[in-house]
Amino acid sequence: MRIYLIALCFILFACQSKTYKVTEIDTKQVIIDSTYNKSNEIEAFVKPYRKKINNEMNKALAYSPKAMFKSEAKLNTSIGNLMADAVLELGNPILSQRENLKIDAVLLNYGGIRGGINKGEVTTRTAYNIMPFENEIVVAKLDSLRFKQLITYLVEAKRAHPIAGLNLTLQANGQLQLVEVNGKPLNQAFYYVATSDYLVKGGDHMSFFTKADTTYNLNYKLRSLLIDYFEQQDTLSSKVDSRFTQLNPKS
Amino acid sequence: MKRRHFIKTTSTAAAIGVSGIGLSSFTKPQHQKHITILHTNDVHSHIDPFPKNHSKYPNLGGASRRFNYINHVKNENPNTLILDAGDAFQGTPYFNFYGGELEYKIMSKLGYHASTIGNHEFDNGIDNIAAQLEHAQFDLLNANYDLRNTSLNGLTKPYQVFEVDGINIGIFGLGIELEGLVSKDLYKETKYLDPVEVAKDQVEILKQQEHCDLVICLSHLGYSYNSKKIDDLKLAKQTHGIDLIIGGHTHTFLDQPIPTKNAKGNNVIVNQVGWAGINVGRIDFYLDDLNNWENTGTSQEV
Repeated sequence: MRIYLIALCFILFACQSKTYKVTEIDTKQVIIDSTYNKSNEIEAFVKPYRKKINNEMNKALAYSPKAMFKSEAKLNTSIGNLMADAVLELGNPILSQRENLKIDAVLLNYGGIRGGINKGEVTTRTAYNIMPFENEIVVAKLDSLRFKQLITYLVEAKRAHPIAGLNLTLQANGQLQLVEVNGKPLNQAFYYVATSDYLVKGGDHMSFFTKADTTYNLNYKLRSLLIDYFEQQDTLSSKVDSRFTQLNPKS
Repeated sequence: MKRRHFIKTTSTAAAIGVSGIGLSSFTKPQHQKHITILHTNDVHSHIDPFPKNHSKYPNLGGASRRFNYINHVKNENPNTLILDAGDAFQGTPYFNFYGGELEYKIMSKLGYHASTIGNHEFDNGIDNIAAQLEHAQFDLLNANYDLRNTSLNGLTKPYQVFEVDGINIGIFGLGIELEGLVSKDLYKETKYLDPVEVAKDQVEILKQQEHCDLVICLSHLGYSYNSKKIDDLKLAKQTHGIDLIIGGHTHTFLDQPIPTKNAKGNNVIVNQVGWAGINVGRIDFYLDDLNNWENTGTSQEV
């Protein structure tokens, strides 16, 4: 009988789920540094991918006869002009084919130029250095008021934001002397401005883009466009030019 | 879909963990159960360590070294869960080239049990997440995105219960509001639900229906904002029943996990370990059966 009771108890308690409570907690944070050896298994797994990426990144796309960095000049730079011209040249056929429209001007942002071009071989890695993000080209349809705000933004910033299709001359005192779009004064009701999806959402305080009448995403990454442009150019020839200048202060 | 995963311990572990008492030489002898949680967040495709000449994190991180650390801990305590709080994707050419395949394959090799959906998981579109899940041998958990009208429908779970050495560990995931952060054409028909209400429901299910002893939230909400925007600290204060919130998104480096009081005044731990796999967080839970059923059983011989 006694044995039976014990057995019964055992069965009962076996069915009864236990209630565990946390009674103590230890916490720590471990820095993953070279005190931990590399795992051969993971290294062997990653190796072919790493090799493929390095091969791809080291692929020569073009030749640059000079170094191009955004610190080159105040109002327009070789690398900025290259980027803006590339967007105009490779973006236009897409907008034309899809929407039967033409890009009037390009505006990117100076801060978005994340790296430079060294003299010599231009590789895929160069494009990743200049543009590591996945931003895509978007064309914004701006009415004349918003477009004038864009011009005011450039005049006030006095920075080498990459532009194309535009010609701006500042007086010595910093006031606007002349503005032209493709050689013509401002006389259109709307302007089609190619930019990035980051800026079209108002990034870098370009709030005029958020008031765009319509936007057209070309689904073309800025980095992919640069890679395509490099391959097409073969030898890069961008230089500082007269698209955005300031008259010399009188001495 | 399996609602409960029984975590098999390794052969060395079996000898240690199989008995009811479950004491290993590394377990504090005064406790009956020992569960270790290892966690990362915002690894952002950092499969290789930072370069040796890196200005901020020279030669730190790397999946291969992390694997050795994980194995080191598992040898200490086989009753270990490896968790991640999202944004495994985006940040190095590994993602640009392979779209997340490598990240998920490596997390699988490293033995991750679960992760959640960070905003950067959407960078190549929601359909890409669905495609890459083929490479994931871990659970992708999210409870506050309604994914019914997306390609992720049925591929993720709100929560998963892991049974480790007789302890039921319920883990659920929470994601950040996507509107304004990710473009709609990437997240498509994903609908964001209130994380606090969802968390309350999840705790209820995990405690009442799934009889969990431990509840862990994998959050990609962010650690703390000055605004009213929901964050991990606010979540901790507005809910109860969660033991640990493993956070991400804000790339927050904390000197140590933050003990916080929940809505009932009980402790909840909030932690986040920076980003890029520079750190791994380790939380050791020791548990005891306070009702002490075994002893009661033997004393009832009368």
